[in-house]
Amino acid sequence: MATVKMPQLGETVTEGTVGRWLKKVGEAVAKYEPLLEVETDKVASEIPSPFAGTLAKILVEEGTTVPVGAAVCEINESASAGATPVQQTAPLTTSGNASQSAVSAVPAVSNVEQPAAQRLQVAVRDGIRYSPAVRKLAREHRLDLGQLTGSGRGGRLTAKDVMQHVESGSARFSPAAQAASAVTSVSPERPAPVAAHVKPAAVAPPAEGDTAIRVTQMRKTIAEHMVLSKTTIPHAWSMVEADLTDLVKWREREKDAFKAREGVNLTYLPIVVLAVCGALREFPMVNATWAGDKIILRKQINVGIAVDIEDGLVVPVIKDADHMSLSGVARKLVDLVNKARSRKLTMEEMSDGTITVDNTGALGSIASYPIINPPQAAIITTEAIVKRPWVVNDAIAIRSIMNLCLSLDHRVLDGSVASRFLQSVKRRLETFTGTA
Amino acid sequence: MHDEMKRDPRVFIMGEDVGPRGNVFLITKGFLEEFGRDRVIDTPLAEASIVGVAVGAAMAGMRPIAEIQFADFIYPAYNQIVGEAAKIRYRSAGGNTCPLVIRTPYGGGVRGALSHSVSVEALFYHVPGLKICVPSTPADAQGMLVSAIRDEDPVLFLEHKRTYRLVKGEVPEGDFTVPIGKADVARTGKDLSVITYGLMRHFALEAAEKIASEGVDAEVIDLRSVRPMDRAAILESVRKTRRALIVHEDQKFGGVGAEISAIIAEEALFDLDAPIRRVCGPDVPAMGYAKEYEEAFMPSPERIAGAMRELAEF
Repeated sequence: MATVKMPQLGETVTEGTVGRWLKKVGEAVAKYEPLLEVETDKVASEIPSPFAGTLAKILVEEGTTVPVGAAVCEINESASAGATPVQQTAPLTTSGNASQSAVSAVPAVSNVEQPAAQRLQVAVRDGIRYSPAVRKLAREHRLDLGQLTGSGRGGRLTAKDVMQHVESGSARFSPAAQAASAVTSVSPERPAPVAAHVKPAAVAPPAEGDTAIRVTQMRKTIAEHMVLSKTTIPHAWSMVEADLTDLVKWREREKDAFKAREGVNLTYLPIVVLAVCGALREFPMVNATWAGDKIILRKQINVGIAVDIEDGLVVPVIKDADHMSLSGVARKLVDLVNKARSRKLTMEEMSDGTITVDNTGALGSIASYPIINPPQAAIITTEAIVKRPWVVNDAIAIRSIMNLCLSLDHRVLDGSVASRFLQSVKRRLETFTGTA
Repeated sequence: MHDEMKRDPRVFIMGEDVGPRGNVFLITKGFLEEFGRDRVIDTPLAEASIVGVAVGAAMAGMRPIAEIQFADFIYPAYNQIVGEAAKIRYRSAGGNTCPLVIRTPYGGGVRGALSHSVSVEALFYHVPGLKICVPSTPADAQGMLVSAIRDEDPVLFLEHKRTYRLVKGEVPEGDFTVPIGKADVARTGKDLSVITYGLMRHFALEAAEKIASEGVDAEVIDLRSVRPMDRAAILESVRKTRRALIVHEDQKFGGVGAEISAIIAEEALFDLDAPIRRVCGPDVPAMGYAKEYEEAFMPSPERIAGAMRELAEF
């Protein structure tokens, strides 16, 4: 019995999260065949099996974080298993506690309800051969190749067939696939990579004087995420102007006492988070996910906060933000931003957001068109507070004005709910005196 | 060549029949009268000496253009090219260079029989230190020859005999160069990539037009030089179309296409949607004189179109 350990996926990495098991207990695995996906900060990597044999025991469940070097599974090494893996029809009996059997009890050859990766293998085993390009595309788009018809010789499935299927839009948000990823996946935030879309069609190579910058894993993830969002979610956009003069005055009055009492600065962002939470409770449709054949309303309100860091952007999440006080949100924000900047965020802290707040005003912006963070249904930006001539009671006054911009998934929401939601956020900010 | 000789007094030509005869294809006609016997040197039938003398002259600061009358006769000079010229910069740790150009007509399809039809690029492209140009258009031939003459290192300049009279094209005015090592996208397409060079560029383009009417959109990459080889251009095209057809007239086994296949397999395997295909000359010792033999040897636009069709349908 050989033990597979959590690999160190980077110099400063001390732990890793098991993202997905690519093999089931009882399934044969060849040496160097992908065994599991491990996630660290923003990187998800396929880990090849260091041994050939049969996966005997999974020691770390999907979604669980363990230190580098911890045993993650056991493999029954076998002399014959060096070649093509053959799935066994019955899982090996393990000393099964409840959670273990959840992993191992799935019959290995059931053709129904298997994730695409497994189905792909089933199809391959049935003697259908796919080209490397087709396999790569299937993995990138998490496709069930069995559903596609081929146009190549003898009905062979070509890469072009796959791309046509993907471009027709029927690929990703097929009800089954989406419901599966939304309901059963451990971290529904993590989108299927869409690397092919991220690749530009044709770019002139760098000329003299140009600089080519290597695309980091984080950039790649951001690129894939953004392309996924813009190519699958029909974005609609709206903006309201909020007169924050009273709030600005209130904050001026309160901030010193707040700092002395709570130990953190009183900024506008936690106030916005509270206003968004209040508005979400009023309009739960905004706290939702498109799942193809259904819309899932999330009970939890988990607010993602866009934080820009040295070479990219991360979105840590304030879980159950609607249960928190102003000081609670303020402290949590400071904590998450510090962790983000020092790259200490865990997967857990970046998962399960149900809406995103982006404080674009911090950079001086007065209006933005944010891209939704899938599978969420909305993203709201807080723009810079600027003094402007403003009509109050039919007279012109100098007021502190802030724009709030909202992008929404038009499949989930229509303009009326979105506008009323925005109005609610605006009202809560304009009248804020400690709670929203 | 003429303009470079006028521009740079260090440039001179030497070879069999380059003088009063003006080269067998009349390429150097009038050179002797214009530049004189010191710079247009008729040599005996001694290829080893032609290149050997040129190597020495190049090391001594001249810019010789050595001509081998037909590539079929280059073998006696193999030692001078591979054993000496290619190694001089390395052997002297950069202290000496060998700015030498060896021009030679190659290739078949002109009823040249066993001794006037050979393609020699594969015999030389294995050798680090050599550059090998295989231009296919008049503009590339001129622009690359100028680059070759001005290059500090030895360049083997292969001119396909059939292109001398078959291919016509515009050549830019004045002093212009075409870089060595940069492929030319002769035709852009999205369904498959044809990677080729020399005369086969023209046959591949003809084939591409033929199958365009059948709905197959082929990209044609003309390498223009087989060493250095423009790997980036090959990979970019193959990653785009996901299907690769390599066409060369030289024999298949161990030919330039073998290296191209290896590059694609090493770097772009997971972008391939079909096995790599090659259309090349057959593995027989030489191209026969009989028309049937010649036709059986030379890849034709029809054969190339057939392979494209099959690759597109795969």
